[in-house]
Amino acid sequence: MQFFFDMVLILDSTIRLSIPLLLACLAGLYSERAGIVDIGLEGKLLGSAFGAAAATAVTGNPWIGLLAGVGVAMAFSGIHGLASINLRGNQTISGVALNFLAAGLTAFLGQSWFGRGGETPPLTGPQRLSPIQWPYAAELGAFADNADNNPLLRIPAEIYSELISGQNILTYFAFLAVPLTAFVLFRTRFGLRLRAVGENPKALDTAGISVTLLRYQALVITAVLVGIGGTYLSIAQSAGFTPDMSNGRGYIALAALIFAKWRPWPALLVCLLFGFLDALQFRLQGINFAVVGQVPVQFIQMLPYILTIILLAGFIGRAIAPKASGIPYVKER
Amino acid sequence: MSTRVPLPLWVDVALLPLLNVLLAFIIGGLIVLAVGQNPLEALNIMLTGAFGSGRGFGYTLYYTTDFIFAGLAVSLAYHAGMFNIGPEGQAYLGGLGVILIALPLNGMHWALMFPLFIIGGAAFGALWALIPGVLQAKRGSHIVITTILFNLIATPLMNFIISRILRPAGVQSDESAPIEMISRIPRLRDFIPFFGSAPANLTIFVAIGTLVGFYWLVWRSKFGYAMRALGHNPTATRYAGISISKMIIITMVISGALAGLVAVNHTGGAAEGRLILNFVGGAGFVGIAVAFMGRAHPVGVGLAAILFGALTQGGLELAFSMPSVTRDMIVTIQAMVILFTGAMGDMLRIPLERLFGRFSSAEAK
Repeated sequence: MQFFFDMVLILDSTIRLSIPLLLACLAGLYSERAGIVDIGLEGKLLGSAFGAAAATAVTGNPWIGLLAGVGVAMAFSGIHGLASINLRGNQTISGVALNFLAAGLTAFLGQSWFGRGGETPPLTGPQRLSPIQWPYAAELGAFADNADNNPLLRIPAEIYSELISGQNILTYFAFLAVPLTAFVLFRTRFGLRLRAVGENPKALDTAGISVTLLRYQALVITAVLVGIGGTYLSIAQSAGFTPDMSNGRGYIALAALIFAKWRPWPALLVCLLFGFLDALQFRLQGINFAVVGQVPVQFIQMLPYILTIILLAGFIGRAIAPKASGIPYVKER
Repeated sequence: MSTRVPLPLWVDVALLPLLNVLLAFIIGGLIVLAVGQNPLEALNIMLTGAFGSGRGFGYTLYYTTDFIFAGLAVSLAYHAGMFNIGPEGQAYLGGLGVILIALPLNGMHWALMFPLFIIGGAAFGALWALIPGVLQAKRGSHIVITTILFNLIATPLMNFIISRILRPAGVQSDESAPIEMISRIPRLRDFIPFFGSAPANLTIFVAIGTLVGFYWLVWRSKFGYAMRALGHNPTATRYAGISISKMIIITMVISGALAGLVAVNHTGGAAEGRLILNFVGGAGFVGIAVAFMGRAHPVGVGLAAILFGALTQGGLELAFSMPSVTRDMIVTIQAMVILFTGAMGDMLRIPLERLFGRFSSAEAK
């Protein structure tokens, strides 16, 4: 019995840990489907996390923070677009440069502005985006605590009060973004063109549709999604910015994207899986195992990365990227 | 629109990178200005810190040594069409190779130890690059993502090895037992007192030799030819009867070995003389900037490494003298160097081509 209730708690933190990953992964989905590789997701996450926390710390309003977070991601996407669409530069290098830029600038500006070793001041109460309580969630939660003898009643009550209710508005947005992305990508004319520009930009160009414009549109959607992901990191999941708080999530999101073969629904599943591994990692620290005893914390920290490598190398079959992805489009002269 | 004329060689290899770096510095200066500090004063502190004294210059050379190895590691993979983002982790593992050789043989004369350090560092760096290489060659895993993940794995792994296994009883900080003085690579100041307390050591000569060897390997050897062919056109390379997966693996192994040599400078050098937690300190990432600025050519890499060595040393002095300008400002400038020289290389090239096109057509009249 206890196992199920532990499970609900682990699933709850699974959702919390999956959200920034999912948003970054969907963000990467749009840009890679449009033919632009975005290694810079990591930097965009970090930069927007800083922008959101800094703006919130100064104004006290988390919605201004959200705007600032998306704004930072927009600026980064603008640089990336200029380099890889207009100047036809190497997209991987541009992304790596953006990651460096985010790491350097957030630490530097954070220290200059707030003088707390790169951290922003802690955010409290209404300065954060707080959980939304669904109707009767509290009552059901109390009911679950009392009805310990009937698991059939208790488990749905727990799921409603702990998992479905009490999440953040950005969490609900992230889950909504999955069907929305599937619809936009596969059911609209814009989505058809977006996929086409990642496979065969020349065909679109011949049809008189601007490759440049479409790719910039994709980058704007990317920026909005990853900007919300970064904002989630600093003002919803945590209470402020700490240096390097994206901690490789942008890279894991890219791996998840490959693993999901650039499709939205599998992306949701893979991100939940990675979130689950991460949640498990926190749970496993300090627990004694039957044969090996206590596993050193460092090995548990490595676990998600090692599993990512194994999954990437072994279990996905052939992942075929959008054909034009990573290749700048050169109009014939 | 005027016709595009190829730029003269000196503009392409010297003026253009210089202008790009200048641009990075100007924007960096504006950021320093934006937080209310004087960028010219900052520049002055940096230059004096890097070149103003024998000690400062010695530190610059010490960092330059690191960046030559890391820059060559990135450059080599780049010639084969691969982007190795893993020198940071490969250098870290290289430290393990050096210390595992040094501790059992502790007390032997440095002249015998030095080559063994090189072998140990290179072997472990190569091992850490071998796995992503094999995964790319055999399973098609993207080298960029796997090398990043290997960096992320190297940190906790080395953390565990240093703090739980190598740390001697009674030592408080996370580091291995020291290598005895006689076994350590001597500092330059042992021969030239000018360098003061700077940690620059004989490894810099290995770095210079590696630059020459790199040139021979890439442009004069059969292997280098096959590697560059792979970088330009993988399909043609396969039709030429060259095994692509074998080339990928060998290239990654050599690239990782080069990165592993960073550890010789630190772990085997007299400055540290032991394996220390996080000793690489971002040198592997700086290698990416060095490789792009140096156009993956040994002469360019050497010059870019000196620039970044000076930037690092000057930046540390800056952080010391102007506390509101932290070391992270240097990371920001490095990022912009990568951006302008690597990804936005055409931004200044196109106007320059127009400018020179106008000159040459004026001469023709």
